[in-house]
Amino acid sequence: MESGLRFLFLNAAVALFLAVLTSGCSRVMDTLDEPSSAEPVIDPRVERREVRRPRIDTENFELGAYTGFLSVEDFGSSTVYGGRLAYHITEGLFAEATIGQTTAGRTSFETLSGAVDLLPSDERTFRYYDLSLGYNLFPGETFIGRNRAFTSSLYLLLGAGSTDFAGDSRFTITFGAGYRVLLNDWLSAHLMVRDHVFRTDLLGEDKTVHNIEFVIGLGWFF
Amino acid sequence: MLIGAAIFLHFVTPVQAREAHYVVEVSEPFLELHSGPGRGYPRFHIAERGEQIEILSRRTDWFRVRTAGGVEGWASRAQISRTVLPSGEPVSIAPPSRLDYLERRTEGGVMLGDFSGADVLSAYFAWHATRNLSLELSASDLNGRFSSGWLAGVNLVHQPWPEWRVSPFLALGTGVIRIEPRATLVDVENRTDQIGHAGLGLRMHVSRNFMLRAEYRRYVVFTSRDENEDVNEWKAGFGFFF
Repeated sequence: MESGLRFLFLNAAVALFLAVLTSGCSRVMDTLDEPSSAEPVIDPRVERREVRRPRIDTENFELGAYTGFLSVEDFGSSTVYGGRLAYHITEGLFAEATIGQTTAGRTSFETLSGAVDLLPSDERTFRYYDLSLGYNLFPGETFIGRNRAFTSSLYLLLGAGSTDFAGDSRFTITFGAGYRVLLNDWLSAHLMVRDHVFRTDLLGEDKTVHNIEFVIGLGWFF
Repeated sequence: MLIGAAIFLHFVTPVQAREAHYVVEVSEPFLELHSGPGRGYPRFHIAERGEQIEILSRRTDWFRVRTAGGVEGWASRAQISRTVLPSGEPVSIAPPSRLDYLERRTEGGVMLGDFSGADVLSAYFAWHATRNLSLELSASDLNGRFSSGWLAGVNLVHQPWPEWRVSPFLALGTGVIRIEPRATLVDVENRTDQIGHAGLGLRMHVSRNFMLRAEYRRYVVFTSRDENEDVNEWKAGFGFFF
């Protein structure tokens, strides 16, 4: 009788346990099933972040103006005005186009003789243009006072062009050196010495003339 | 309240204004800032890994950047290309490649040479329609012993093998030539004539956007006199593409 009762209790316990287990399982199953019907555990759709990529502003061109003195061989020296456009190809190399103009003075002969004019006044305009290649030879910093430093560079220039003078244009080789100081990110100051060399027979004999120019100028990077 | 809003705006507006710049994050241990755009300028500051920097502008292969602390300096392309965007993507700032050279659209250059005994300096601008075909505008300055002048024209250029490192090309064009005899000579009249030419040349991609070019042209000057003149021209120079 006792073993029969124990058997009954055991059965009941097992049944209860199974019932609890199955109901628990089904609840677990329910909880597992539930989200799958609404949304998956892993969402394959990845929201992309909107990344705006602004264009980087390139500043490889430099536009400038300059003024100084140009010594026109045999014709004294006078004030010269000019403009330049440079394209910076690499950190060292740049290409440059320059155009400038001055009015040549009188030769010593004209001054001493008093009445002789070798050239009419409209032919005394000395205008040149050239295309050069430049190289930044010595980059560095220039210190002004104790607290101020400017980026600077010494550069060499070699170019070819043409000079209009005395009613003629002549093939001209130019060479020289310049010193550039960056006053801020877009403004540069230049000090430049160049020689314009060409052959002329203006005063009778065919000869090579050197016309040395010394200028200061400003440049704008854009 | 108004003062609060004003203070709030004061701090917010500069941030919005700055958003137009490219912001990158340093992913290498550090990024060096130079005082100028070149190798020779001294390093004066470093940005550490994880620091966000703004790229303000670019000059040749150098980038002007501002660190989170407000320090401005120049970083090399090599170092900038090893930073990452805020999204985690690497920054791709490559120098002009061989492909960019082949796919170039606009090109300019300068050449120097001999035009039948006269010195010639010429500048050209080219527009590439395809890899093989381009249209060029050129202007030349002529300076000879007895005369000087200028020449301007259009030129159609065909490059059969553009992918060769030294690549030949054929040219055909027309233009106008102006000849002015020297002032020291007995007065001879200035002349303006139409001119046509056929040419042959070589172009060589050196590196980045820089190339060398040499060419020969044979011109026919259609003079107003009875016979036409033939002129030979040789010139060489350099060019770069944008």
